[in-house]
Amino acid sequence: MRTVNLLRILTSLVLATGLALASFSSLAHEKEAHATGKSGRVPMPVLNINTDKGDKCVQPEDIMRRDHMKFILHQRDKTMHEGIRTTQYSLKNCIDCHADVKTGSVLGKDGFCESCHRYAAVQLDCFECHSALRDASVLKNGAATAPPSAVRALNVSQKKASEPAKGMKP
Amino acid sequence: MSMNRRQFLGLSGAAVAAATLAPGLRLIELAQARSPEEATTSLHRWGLLIDSSKCADGCTSCVSACADENGIQSHSRPATDAQWIRKVTLKDKQSGHVQTLPLMCQHCAEPPCVDVCPTGASFKRADGIVLVDKHICIGCRYCMMACPYKARSFIHEVTTGQKAHAPRGKGTVESCTLCVHKVDRGDGSTACADACKKEGHQAILFGDLKDPASEISKRLASQPSTQLRADLKLNTGVRYQGI
Repeated sequence: MRTVNLLRILTSLVLATGLALASFSSLAHEKEAHATGKSGRVPMPVLNINTDKGDKCVQPEDIMRRDHMKFILHQRDKTMHEGIRTTQYSLKNCIDCHADVKTGSVLGKDGFCESCHRYAAVQLDCFECHSALRDASVLKNGAATAPPSAVRALNVSQKKASEPAKGMKP
Repeated sequence: MSMNRRQFLGLSGAAVAAATLAPGLRLIELAQARSPEEATTSLHRWGLLIDSSKCADGCTSCVSACADENGIQSHSRPATDAQWIRKVTLKDKQSGHVQTLPLMCQHCAEPPCVDVCPTGASFKRADGIVLVDKHICIGCRYCMMACPYKARSFIHEVTTGQKAHAPRGKGTVESCTLCVHKVDRGDGSTACADACKKEGHQAILFGDLKDPASEISKRLASQPSTQLRADLKLNTGVRYQGI
């Protein structure tokens, strides 16, 4: 009886130290990740966007983070069915600012939409149909925009890479 | 200021009289370009008038212009490639007379594709343009079966290189949008009509069927024209001459 109790105490002790060590190492890892801008398992969202039109979004950031899809959805129906083409909440307007400065796309490893949606594990369906590329005429300073074919190739490779994540509907 | 019914009616009558100087001549023009925040209204009905006698045999500039404008790419599989506009050849078996004409969505006033759509994806805008809301389309293809003009296509393959104004995606049905993005912008023309004009044929005319002052209405009023399959009483927005 006594030996059994001793064994129990010993196992729990070993478990506790193991857990403590594990949590410590993960904490250290997280700290390091924040410092380098990288996360251990999931890369942090990338914000490398065109600020020609100013650095303010159409709504405050906290509202946009939560409700950007609501704005886009509302606008979508208005545009599709009633022909209302205001630009404030249009997807095209989002892309014109938020596309990556180098690739001109919101998709890809450094694309604003894809990197954040990957980080949040929320499937992004818009660009199965919609163009993910910024209108080339938008950039004031004529920053390099990759040729559409290159970005397309990037999109396809990204799509393949993100395929296992399918089924993770919001 | 309070106003009784009689005064109100009198005033509104005067306002209508002031806005209408003479039949066909208005102070407030209907064909003004809409501002982006204004919804489409049934004051307009957009349509095409196609003169097949001017349509040149072997010319496909309207088809290629449509593909360019809307980002339609061929996968070299004609049986399943999307086709918003196609050239049709008609041959009179007795006389041997051959003529060609472009055929696209006829933008019916009573569209069968809208009648059969189970999700409400196939719809008619207030200004008469028949569209597919691909956000709602489930790709069942009932509308393709219902359309007497075979105007609709199903997208079988993953699409890339879409135009920002013309989203297209696998698993949905699509057809001629009457260049709705150009209509909303106030261009007053479609890609096919522009291309035909550029080729010097001028077989396709775009315009407002409800505006009596528009060229299309004037021509329709003064010259004979037909609807394809007029027996179906669909009241098409695309009319033909010379067939």
